[in-house]
Amino acid sequence: MSFITANWNPLGDAFYRKTELYDMCWNLRDSGLRDSLVAAAHYGGPIALLREPQRRSPSSRPQLEIYLASGISITSFPWKSGPVVHIGWTVTDELLCVQEDGSVLIYNLFGSFKRHFSMGQEVVQSQVLEAKVFHSPYGTGVAIVTGSSRFTLATNIDDLKLRRLPEVPGLHGKPSSWLVLTQDRQTKVILSNGPEMFVLDNTSCTPVCPPGLSPQYGSVVHMCVSFSYKYLSLFTDTGHLWTGSSNLQDKLSIVDTKKKTTPNQMVWCCRPQSQQLSVVLMWDRLLLVAGICGDTIQFPVDDPCVLVGELDGVRIINSTNQDLLQEVPLVCQDIFKIASMAPGALLLEAHREYEKSSQKADEYLREIKEQSMLGEAVRQCVEAAAHEYDANTQKSLLRAASFGKCFLVDFSPDQFVTMCRELRVLNTVRDGAVGLPLTHTQFKQLTLQVLIDRLVYRQFYPLAIEICRYLKIPDYQGVSRVLKHWASCKVQQKDLSDEAIARAVCVKVGDAPGVSYSDIAAKAYECGRTELAIKVVPYLCLTCACACACACVCVCVSVTPVCLTCVSLSLSLCARHLSLSPVSLSQLLDFEARSGEQVPLLLKMKRSQLALSKAVESGDTDLVYTVVTYLKNELNRGDFFMMLRNQPVAQSLYRQFCKLQEQETLKDLYNQDDDHQELANYYITASYREKRLETRLSVLQKAVDEFNKAKNEFAAKATEEEMRLLRFQRKLDDEKGAGLLGLSLQETMEVLLSLGLHKHTEQLYRDFRLPDKRYWWLKLKSMAEKHEWEELEKFSKSKKSPIGYLAFVDVCMKSNNKSEARKYVSKVTPEQKVRAHMVIGDLEGAADAAIERRNDSEMGAVLSRCSTADCLLIDRLNRARVSASKK
Amino acid sequence: MAAHLSYGKVNLNILREAARKDLREFLDKCAGSKAIVWDEYLTGPFGLIAQYSLLKEHEVEKMFTLKSGRLPAADVKNIIFFVRPRLELMDIIAENVSSEDKTRSPQDFHILFVPRRSMLCEQRLKEQNVLGSFINIDEYILDLIPYDGDLLSMEYESAFRECYLENDQTSLYHTAKGLMTLQALYGTIPQIYGKGECARHVANMMLRMKREFAGSQNQILPVFDTLLLLDRNVDLLTPLATQLTYEGLIDEIYGINNGYVKLPPEKFAQKKQGETSKDLPTEPKKLQLNSAEELYAEIRDKNFNAVGAALSKKAKIISAAFEERHNAKTVGEIKQFVSQLPHMQAARSSLANHTSVAELIKDITTSEAFFDNLTVEQEFMTGVDTDKVNTYIEDCIAQKDPLIKIVRLVCMQSVCNNGLKQKVLDYYKREILQTYGYEHILTLNNLEKGGLLKPQTSSRNNYPTIRKTLKLWMEDANEQNPNDISYVYSGYAPLSIRLTQVLARPGWRSIEEVLKMLPGPHFEERQQLPAGLHKKRQQGENRTTLVFFLGGVTYAEIAALRFLSQMEDSGMEYIIATTKLINGTTWIKTIMDRPESQMS
Repeated sequence: MSFITANWNPLGDAFYRKTELYDMCWNLRDSGLRDSLVAAAHYGGPIALLREPQRRSPSSRPQLEIYLASGISITSFPWKSGPVVHIGWTVTDELLCVQEDGSVLIYNLFGSFKRHFSMGQEVVQSQVLEAKVFHSPYGTGVAIVTGSSRFTLATNIDDLKLRRLPEVPGLHGKPSSWLVLTQDRQTKVILSNGPEMFVLDNTSCTPVCPPGLSPQYGSVVHMCVSFSYKYLSLFTDTGHLWTGSSNLQDKLSIVDTKKKTTPNQMVWCCRPQSQQLSVVLMWDRLLLVAGICGDTIQFPVDDPCVLVGELDGVRIINSTNQDLLQEVPLVCQDIFKIASMAPGALLLEAHREYEKSSQKADEYLREIKEQSMLGEAVRQCVEAAAHEYDANTQKSLLRAASFGKCFLVDFSPDQFVTMCRELRVLNTVRDGAVGLPLTHTQFKQLTLQVLIDRLVYRQFYPLAIEICRYLKIPDYQGVSRVLKHWASCKVQQKDLSDEAIARAVCVKVGDAPGVSYSDIAAKAYECGRTELAIKVVPYLCLTCACACACACVCVCVSVTPVCLTCVSLSLSLCARHLSLSPVSLSQLLDFEARSGEQVPLLLKMKRSQLALSKAVESGDTDLVYTVVTYLKNELNRGDFFMMLRNQPVAQSLYRQFCKLQEQETLKDLYNQDDDHQELANYYITASYREKRLETRLSVLQKAVDEFNKAKNEFAAKATEEEMRLLRFQRKLDDEKGAGLLGLSLQETMEVLLSLGLHKHTEQLYRDFRLPDKRYWWLKLKSMAEKHEWEELEKFSKSKKSPIGYLAFVDVCMKSNNKSEARKYVSKVTPEQKVRAHMVIGDLEGAADAAIERRNDSEMGAVLSRCSTADCLLIDRLNRARVSASKK
Repeated sequence: MAAHLSYGKVNLNILREAARKDLREFLDKCAGSKAIVWDEYLTGPFGLIAQYSLLKEHEVEKMFTLKSGRLPAADVKNIIFFVRPRLELMDIIAENVSSEDKTRSPQDFHILFVPRRSMLCEQRLKEQNVLGSFINIDEYILDLIPYDGDLLSMEYESAFRECYLENDQTSLYHTAKGLMTLQALYGTIPQIYGKGECARHVANMMLRMKREFAGSQNQILPVFDTLLLLDRNVDLLTPLATQLTYEGLIDEIYGINNGYVKLPPEKFAQKKQGETSKDLPTEPKKLQLNSAEELYAEIRDKNFNAVGAALSKKAKIISAAFEERHNAKTVGEIKQFVSQLPHMQAARSSLANHTSVAELIKDITTSEAFFDNLTVEQEFMTGVDTDKVNTYIEDCIAQKDPLIKIVRLVCMQSVCNNGLKQKVLDYYKREILQTYGYEHILTLNNLEKGGLLKPQTSSRNNYPTIRKTLKLWMEDANEQNPNDISYVYSGYAPLSIRLTQVLARPGWRSIEEVLKMLPGPHFEERQQLPAGLHKKRQQGENRTTLVFFLGGVTYAEIAALRFLSQMEDSGMEYIIATTKLINGTTWIKTIMDRPESQMS
């Protein structure tokens, strides 16, 4: 197998190889790639050509052609818009065409126009001189330089925000070279203008000087940045190539290419864990690989070609074929390098001998096993297979690995199995008919998800589904997703009837989990097929105008969709038409999921009532609010209220909204519902907003009326009382300036007592039928506060106190009047005696009372208050306790 | 910094890290220097996720509180509003943005909605003509915030009020979403139990959401075996009662906010630097309370009567440890002693702090007023004279004790009597209105709506049956060495926790009758696990239950659940989640209406 190294070229201590990917299927006629704008997407994406873009006359327009990477034509059409400066692909394989007037047109892979945006009004005047399409973590961006020498950037075309960069001093027309790079979450432009170089960011323009690039090397005329934005290379007019880090902090090397002319294209060629980085430069007749070690490899070129920088190499496309130039991965070097003794190489050799039935196989194996490197050998073979493009080489490596595996115990087969599967998938998509020449490294970076997306986007639905099944991807991420895209595409087919499409969709998609019918419906609606949209996901029951879960089932038999409740009745009907076994209800319910997503769509389709009930079902209150606000503007008030009435959840949410935002509407709402209790509460709240007493009273009167209607007698009376109190307070404020308004009844009486207005207090006591207890407390406290001790004593004797006499003791003590307090201790009921004594600090009295009552817990309480000085007392109590417990 | 979150059976730090990652990603989206304008309500919850240092690392240079008018000047590139999706806040933001000086160097505006962006709010911004000014409008999904090693809170204060009084189920939607996030991180929870209307609603939403993501099965081995959803209104009694655990009492008396408590400073005066520094600090002392503090973790859930003993035991251990230094002879021994010093010093200052806190609390718990109040509570809970007007309450009203105290007692009586006789109810109501003002008619109305206060209907009082079946009152609760959850209220075993306990063993089927007496449906749901994720349980391995209290949970209830987790034979570990940590006072506060305060 020594021929494998035949196309290896040494560069420094590494090797570079050029592998043929395709014989291009296209027929580019004589001009080839000359005189065309060419854009080839990364990761083996599509290729777009705009032939002879300079042509402007209506009679001969430039032709836009789109090909798969293998050269199979996808579409071709004459370019009818304005002159194009640059074309490029987005990360999602959409084509961007930047026109001279600054507008950017977006086409999909199939050449259908998606949308357009502008790079700013001022560009129309000054015109775009040059443009670049670049990729960053945020998506795909566009940068232009205009006739007035200003740069404008959009970092993500899907979330368009134009940034006009600062002016570059001394720049007229376009710079000699420039590029865009993303660093530290910032997008910058690096440009050279004659001998000067600048870095442009959002706010500033900084002159820079790459380390080690002294003026003697001349001016920079071409530059490029590596795939990962990590390295930068600069080509000067003296033919020197400077390479270094893209932040311009470090130099890698300077190589003299001995070519004074500016290369047509210059691209970094590196791979993750490169041993020898290099830059590929292309002139009309020469392709030069310049390693940073200073070595070079030269390839003659006899046909104009295009270089496409990839993650792990460079693709070289010309009119007849396509090659991949890359550094040979270390593991492949180990195995295939002539006379290599690496374990992988030995294993491969062992297997080869084994197939020849030679006993040498055993010798080789022994050699590996003696070094106990067999595991490593298998790993190397598996890994090397990943990097080989040729299926036969892959096979021989994998066979060797499988062979080696037999002699290992406890070796996980996972890596081997996964690799076999992945390579099988990769070989399939590399096929010219699919045209995705992905390397294994690229595939890992791209992820399987994205690969499937790309297949779907290219409408290779059956292949995508096969792959999903083969790799056992969970339905939600796999088959279902493919089906969803297929359905969305299907509903756009104009040549089929609504009926046929709906049937096709429902049969195929069925109840695949995770397929959102709303998405499909939205697509249908988008392309103007409302009827179809309603058919696909109607959930709409025309019989009772409510949500329906079995639309799909019903569509199939082209009966009017009916709702879930009706379904149980009509199931038999559906089943008969379909001649299927009846679908279980829980299965049907599955169709109804994701109601939250349907709501905006339903609103768009003007099924507002349905939207409301869907929103309520989802439990997402914000969604409910959205529909409610929408309805409020759409419907007249009466209808709106009626609709709310049928949806209590929506109604209470709207009430909440009104409470904060529209008090008046709130009243109308309650009125409409005859909710007298709430209406009364509303008036109560409102009364506090009124400044004038008369209006306040009239609002309160309304509250009373409503309370009465609500049969809430208590509240009605209480509110009447409140009105009475307010009138009283106003009267007294007027007469005496007592400042009562707004106080509670209790507070009012306190103030009255403190002012000595006993008669008025008495009047309130009777009018408001105060309980005696509270009245006594009130008087008691007021007298104590005013230190009217004689009055207090008289009061205590006026009749038997309804609040007992402990209260008197407490209150007196609060005013620090022990002698007064003592007067009432004797009047206290026996149960409270101990406590009364304790309140006035008379421990002995307390002890006496407790002992007399033979109450253990009381004695305990007294004990806990005793200090060590009261040893006599403690003794007595303890003895009493013991004797009490004996009995 | 947040290591205490990962000590428990379930590593809640995963959740916190996920939240922090989202935050960092958003901040990085706004390149350059930034100022954050905070919706004040959010600062507390955010403190549990990220300290200022994290923000600073991502170029946050200034922080302001959201208020109307003009933004304070800040020389930064980005202004970011961190707000809840509320219309009134949108108006303020609109005012801020439109009054911005156009001549100054242009700043980029961003909005981060917490916990979810809202079309309604964006619509409002659009109406105010400022929507276009925002470069980024994003949401920061912060539903369940890790609060401690076994505790998650949504810090959603108004959840009870919204659900039970206003029929606004927004909080439940967030709950369901939060539980979905939790399941994404910790695996699908195979069993769901619930009791109450809201619980049912949340479970329904969860099942629906799961269907919506059908097929995207996550392949994580489930950490939780069971989810129990409990409505607060199933057990209205527990939060009304005064909590008697150490942590519960701190919360009852001083209020714990987002894990912090502010205490009167007098007891914490520095005694060092001689006697000269007589001037007492006037700033309240702020303490962070969580299980990161070893001593606190040890005593927080004890009955307060057992705290003193625990503290003095600890004091002895610590001083013994310090005495060790005299025994240290060799250089090696001394070195070892010194290496332990920081830990010991931290333990000593922690001990000093908690001794002071315990003294503060003791002053209150030994007062007559506290004792009387507790006596009445316990009478109600044991069913003594719940059908008559209570003299103590009358006296308290007459003396104008705080309204919330009165409300707590009256509600408690009503709950323990399954409603009050119309006459009694009206009497209390009249007393309250006349004493505290007629505006409280709205609050009373709210209490009735929420079921806290109600007239007795013809049916008989079923509280005694519930009490007896669930053993809600234990006569001889052991406060020092508890053997039953009733120690957390010195006799009363919280109903909610009894339900949890019975569910674990012997199961709810044994108490069907009682469950029917409590409001709302009870239910059980199973979520299918993908094949291969069924746990193979080791012998003796505990099961894990997530108990979610919709409408709030008290510290005493948490203490009771922790007690159950620690019981040797329970075989169950509990993780607690809630909309908000509450106590009777904070809870009643959210239910109250104060029309007069809106007057200004």
